[in-house]
Amino acid sequence: MANVLVFAESRGIELRKVALEAVTAARALADKSGGGEVHALLAGPPGISAKAAQLAQFGADIVLVCEHQGFARYARESVAATLAERAKAGYRAVLLPFSAQGRDLGPRVAAKLDAPIASDVIELVSAGETITVKHPGYANKVNITLALTGSTVVLSVLPSAFTPKENARTARTESLKPAAVPGAERVVVKEIIEGAKGKLDLGEAPVIISGGRGLRGPENFKLIEDLAAAFGNAAVGATRAVTDEGWRPHADQIGQTGRQVSPQLYVAVGISGAIQHLAGMRTSKTIVAINKDPEAPIFKIADYGVVGDVLEIVPELTTAVREAKKGH
Amino acid sequence: MKIAVCIKRTPDSESRFKVGASATGVDETGLKFDMDDFASYAVEVALQTNEKQGPGEVVAVAVGADNVQETLRKAMSMGADRAIQLKADAPVFDGLAVAKALAAELKSGAFDLIFFGKYAFDSSASIVGTATAELLGVPCVTAASKLEIANGRGTARREIEGAGEMVEFPLPAVVTIDEGIARPRYPSLKGIMAAKKKLLETKPAQLGPLRVTVKSMELPAERPPGRIIGQGAAAVPELVRLLQDEAKVL
Repeated sequence: MANVLVFAESRGIELRKVALEAVTAARALADKSGGGEVHALLAGPPGISAKAAQLAQFGADIVLVCEHQGFARYARESVAATLAERAKAGYRAVLLPFSAQGRDLGPRVAAKLDAPIASDVIELVSAGETITVKHPGYANKVNITLALTGSTVVLSVLPSAFTPKENARTARTESLKPAAVPGAERVVVKEIIEGAKGKLDLGEAPVIISGGRGLRGPENFKLIEDLAAAFGNAAVGATRAVTDEGWRPHADQIGQTGRQVSPQLYVAVGISGAIQHLAGMRTSKTIVAINKDPEAPIFKIADYGVVGDVLEIVPELTTAVREAKKGH
Repeated sequence: MKIAVCIKRTPDSESRFKVGASATGVDETGLKFDMDDFASYAVEVALQTNEKQGPGEVVAVAVGADNVQETLRKAMSMGADRAIQLKADAPVFDGLAVAKALAAELKSGAFDLIFFGKYAFDSSASIVGTATAELLGVPCVTAASKLEIANGRGTARREIEGAGEMVEFPLPAVVTIDEGIARPRYPSLKGIMAAKKKLLETKPAQLGPLRVTVKSMELPAERPPGRIIGQGAAAVPELVRLLQDEAKVL
């Protein structure tokens, strides 16, 4: 029997979807380790405790609520200290999402605990004396199976690699004090510059519509946005060529050096399919490609390819998708 | 100002990879190796920071086998003043062990800033920079896409999901560098000549016991071959039908 401590990521007063994914992964790991408990650490501003029930619904046995006004924004040093301090109570593993927060926190916690760490885990292979996990390296071109030896290990799980699964428990809630004063952070968040309101994040959207140089100019990204709006659950991405040109913000870049995504549906519009781009999206479940060049490499991996002028095809597709959505 | 930049030698990311005979590493035959992309941004940021802050020193540090010396020479040909190789014969996938080796070397160096790439292409783990900061007990900002240093303090922008996070921090600090912050310079001929005379020290890497090891590597399953379903706007109804009935995503 071995318990697993999981970091339930939030932003402001909201739980993030990756928190439920991490709890799901933690539940699976605890079950693999002989049926231990899952303890979820929920750190946030006063009021975050309201989210504890949701964590219980996805498999947490204890929700450790750590409320502090200083957690309204990401307080990396205090959260890392709190997580590490709690982990000393004796856990088989500390799990986090491999998100912007999680990839920042994981190594801090591992160093504090002197615990081996693996990040960007896509599969929990086995949990015995050693814990083995699968992690994509070399820009998703090689899967690496790593063995971790240590009484406690730190693992971060790739967003969308673990689908949140309901597994309701009657969780107990305990309140926890921050192990370090959030007000004493050396790295202070001065401002959050929000992207467009209500915009889905590329790592979380079930559908991604992505544009490349084949759109011929930044103004034609309107077509991509319209198609995304027709789906209703889509985010807009771009190739490196496009972000380098300044047509789209750098944060929208999908590829080896940008975001690595694996949505249910990826629609590549005017994208030739350079290796650098494929590295960021080849694990998408279904890929659609629209491009004028039938020889473009993107067609080699597209489940459904349409050859032709993107400026003509995309508006038609937008109308058809809108119609199809109406029919639901 | 004294600046360290920790770099890594990785294979060309455009390569086709094969798993080696032992299945615990990639087959290096025919692969071209160079400074990792993110490491090269970190070197550029280190050099620019040093240029702006007035004459100081930039030290390039790498953990690796002897072939990493070539990468360290490149950093010096770009403008780093000297270099340190922490010798480890096999690639190390235990990020915390690498961080320990780096921290052991850096702790006595009195560095104001220590730069890393936000991750390296091969291990793709984002561990070493942050863990090194933690071991050194200094503040750490990860994945900075903008950076300003003034009066012993830094301000940086980090890309987080759907937003940018502006942070402020005191020096000394560790900063890991994201793409897009600066275009790495090419070494000049003069730089290449000068680098040959710069100091490159080699010391053993104090990795300690490795607790994360590669059990196996494998190529991911190939996607089924792509198919073109039609031409032009006329193909749209069929596409929508497939998305609804076959892929069930609409």
